[in-house]
Amino acid sequence: MSFLSYLITGISLGSIYAIIALGYTMVYGIAKMLNFAHGDVIMVGAYVCFFAMAGLSGQMEAGSLAAAVVPQVAGVLLAMVVCTILGVVIEGLAYKPLRQAPSLAVLITAIGVSWFLQNAAQLLWGAAPKNFTSIVSGAVSLADGTLNISYVTMLTVVTCLVIMVGLTTFIGKGKMGKAMRACSEDKAAAQLMGINVNATISVTFAIGSALAAVAGVLMCSAYPTLMPTTGALPGIKAFTAAVFGGIGSIPGAFLGGLLLGIIETFTKAYISTDLSDAIVFLVLIVVLLVKPSGLLGRFVPEKV
Amino acid sequence: MSGKTKTLRVRKTTVNALINYAMVIVVFAATQILIGQGAISNTIQSMLVPVCCYVVMAVSLNLTVGILGELSLGHAGFMSLGAFSGIIAATLLQDAVPAAPLRLAIAMVVGGVFGGVGGVIIGLPVLRLRGDYLAIVTLAFGEIIKNVIQVLYIGLDENGLHFATKEANLALSETGKAILKGPMGATGVAKLASFTAGFLLILITLFVVQNLVDSRAGRAILSLRDNRIAAESVGISVTKYKLMAFVISAVLAGAAGALYGLNYSSTVASKFDFNTSILVLVYVVLGGLGSIRGSIIAAAVLTLLPELLRNGAINDYRMLIYAIILILVMLVTNNPTLRGGVDMAVKRIRGIGKKEQTEGGAQ
Repeated sequence: MSFLSYLITGISLGSIYAIIALGYTMVYGIAKMLNFAHGDVIMVGAYVCFFAMAGLSGQMEAGSLAAAVVPQVAGVLLAMVVCTILGVVIEGLAYKPLRQAPSLAVLITAIGVSWFLQNAAQLLWGAAPKNFTSIVSGAVSLADGTLNISYVTMLTVVTCLVIMVGLTTFIGKGKMGKAMRACSEDKAAAQLMGINVNATISVTFAIGSALAAVAGVLMCSAYPTLMPTTGALPGIKAFTAAVFGGIGSIPGAFLGGLLLGIIETFTKAYISTDLSDAIVFLVLIVVLLVKPSGLLGRFVPEKV
Repeated sequence: MSGKTKTLRVRKTTVNALINYAMVIVVFAATQILIGQGAISNTIQSMLVPVCCYVVMAVSLNLTVGILGELSLGHAGFMSLGAFSGIIAATLLQDAVPAAPLRLAIAMVVGGVFGGVGGVIIGLPVLRLRGDYLAIVTLAFGEIIKNVIQVLYIGLDENGLHFATKEANLALSETGKAILKGPMGATGVAKLASFTAGFLLILITLFVVQNLVDSRAGRAILSLRDNRIAAESVGISVTKYKLMAFVISAVLAGAAGALYGLNYSSTVASKFDFNTSILVLVYVVLGGLGSIRGSIIAAAVLTLLPELLRNGAINDYRMLIYAIILILVMLVTNNPTLRGGVDMAVKRIRGIGKKEQTEGGAQ
């Protein structure tokens, strides 16, 4: 039974990685840049939700149904709105002027933004960790109490599936999605076809950042320590997941995130807690050496 | 003597290299004089060895990123290998080599060798990959090195070195001493590092990197950066030259790591994480890709800047200011519109200066 419970923990952790990785992979696919500030947007989202919930639940009548639902829903929505605005503003101020610049310049700017967000958070909210209250509490007990699944775990997995299906439909069917695919294929040609490339990139950042807010809230519900550097390591791991699945590919990010979460949980459970990061990264390296463009990535041949 | 050329001709690259040596020597001499006069605060004095380490790190990373043209996000991993192997070597030789400078030199050589071995192990598989994939794999290797050192326990007694993954398993004799204690890192290290050693390491690094770039091998490396396919088609071995640049870079980083590790009485593996790699990368990019002098200046100034900002009202905001400066510099240097504006402003200021000069001259 412990195998099953580890598997569920792994899927839940993997779902969080997958949601974050989707943000990385969409931005990479369209803007061809590694947005290292993505992990810190997660942290901002979690903080916004934390303060919104704390503020609202104080004003609610204790014990009423509204008190159990409104602060959480409002917190998540507010976090999504704030992060969406934040993502678009970051893109407009820091990345848009560098559209023609070499990719390394954009990478360093993204690192600058990441430091800015971490330090701004530290000034605004302090360096001391906050204890995040889970948005849903409780758990179901199955198989005579040997298998406990918390509601947060279920919510995480369901949210991830919904996002995955929604995003695939949006990109596969909608007009905006078509524009995104066109931009990722060839920006110049897309512009000639009348697609507003800048607007498309902004929308990509908006979606990615809203997803980051969701991921931040879900992550802090499962692992409740919240501080200015909370987003950094999950950000790197999710980036790894995106590369693992083939960066630029949406199903790849989903698969990569899920596998990474499961591998990490199983290594922690069966091999070594201390070495789990090393083993996760080792698996990544082996995969990339065997399949250099990631699991589901496309191989683009080089031309002279 | 040929007798044909009467004027001594020095090539531009040689002049550039000589300027770099001269700059480092002058700054070192000036700093020593200022220290002698007591004009440099203790805080800044304690920063001198780390500054030297970061200068070497930046120059060596510039070899990989600027000159070879491959993005590496795991340079701190080599520093880590060098730091801990250097600490262990220095502790082993405590009795055999009583002279501290010699022990430091041996430790730095050992650090360099370990860094280089790491470079070969990582470079061989990694250099097959390209672009962002290469970057992520170097990142992964850096994290693996950090993680492995965090679980490693190494102790020393009269029977030699003991390795284990738990402190209890070290099985040391009563006189034995644990050098490396997993997440606690290396503690009780004898501080051997000195500013002079750092200065010499910078000179050696400059000598190695500048002569490499200005050699046949260096030109092969540059051609790989500029156009890999064209270089390959004229018979340049991609693996050989890529690995050469990568390993030399790793050796230098290892030596810098040994110096860094021996500058503190305790060092933890988490010091050499992704953020340190990124920090060095920032020095390289801000100094200018491929520019050795830029790397030296950027590393020295940016290592000292947060310390210099550490006073008065801006203390709380110093890292925020640092981040904003970083973003603004990247925007101004890379955006054509902003760059044009800055160039115009510079021209105008220079123009005014010239005008005043000529007017002054007329009077």
